[in-house]
Amino acid sequence: MSVKFGVVVFPGSNCDHDAYYSLKKVLGYDVTFLWHKDTSLQDCDVIILPGGFSYGDYLRTGAIARFSPIMKPVIEFANSGGYLIGICNGFQILLEAGLLPGVMLKNKSLQFVCKDVYLSTQNYDTAFTKEIPDKEVLKVPVAHGEGNYFADEETLKDLVKNNRIVFKYTSSTGEVDEKNNPNGSIMNIAGIINEKGNVLGMMPHPERTCNPVLGKTDGVFIFRSLVNNILN
Amino acid sequence: MYKAKVLIRRRSSILDPQGKAVEKGAQLLGLNNIANTRIDKYIEFTVDASEETAAKEEVTTYCSKLLANPIMEDFEFELEKI
Repeated sequence: MSVKFGVVVFPGSNCDHDAYYSLKKVLGYDVTFLWHKDTSLQDCDVIILPGGFSYGDYLRTGAIARFSPIMKPVIEFANSGGYLIGICNGFQILLEAGLLPGVMLKNKSLQFVCKDVYLSTQNYDTAFTKEIPDKEVLKVPVAHGEGNYFADEETLKDLVKNNRIVFKYTSSTGEVDEKNNPNGSIMNIAGIINEKGNVLGMMPHPERTCNPVLGKTDGVFIFRSLVNNILN
Repeated sequence: MYKAKVLIRRRSSILDPQGKAVEKGAQLLGLNNIANTRIDKYIEFTVDASEETAAKEEVTTYCSKLLANPIMEDFEFELEKI
């Protein structure tokens, strides 16, 4: 059995090819693009909502993409336990679709942030993080103008209590502080999962850090965790 | 037919960095009495409905499902018969 990835292409997605290239050419997985107007997920085992500026990010980031025809089967897929990753704009779409709680605000600095950041894994016991070596701080790039995660107190309590904060922005040695928070996200949150543990949203781009030619390959841990989790 | 005028406001508990940045511009202009600048959204459109109740219902759905995000925004609107 092999694992098949589906990368959704919205008008304005611009990391769809990065995801496709890393998964197919670098990691050798089976990958297909899924057009936003389609309504079939083509038997994919994992769906990726990629980064970009879907529908120009008009109104609010991800607000219009969430109503694309493909999102109906994607939401059903996620609700029935299918693995779904939203990266950057994909994360924003997951929030708008209500698959993950909270909202994204403009970066506190008001600047578009495009740089490598350090991530500390907060929960190693998820389908997305099992292969990440214990206590290893990951180096993954971010590129966004609205990645300032915000949620009300009750939601945050729930995220903490149920170990749903998967990644936090930290220093290279794993300290969680304001200095190493690139966008003002509450509690330095960089990625969260849903209650069932099958939907991950993260602002950093693991698909941009898979190819050894580009330096670090920390993104591979996430995709490999998922694949091994499905195969086992 | 009705014309809808919708105002979408971010809750005051939510930081508005855009408003803050614009306010810095006011200070650069020498306007020192300006404070609490908030940037919100004003949207207008027409609704093809003969009854105000039907128009109101459709606008409410549009606002609550798409135009505003109820987690961080509130909306209000006016309908004008045209």
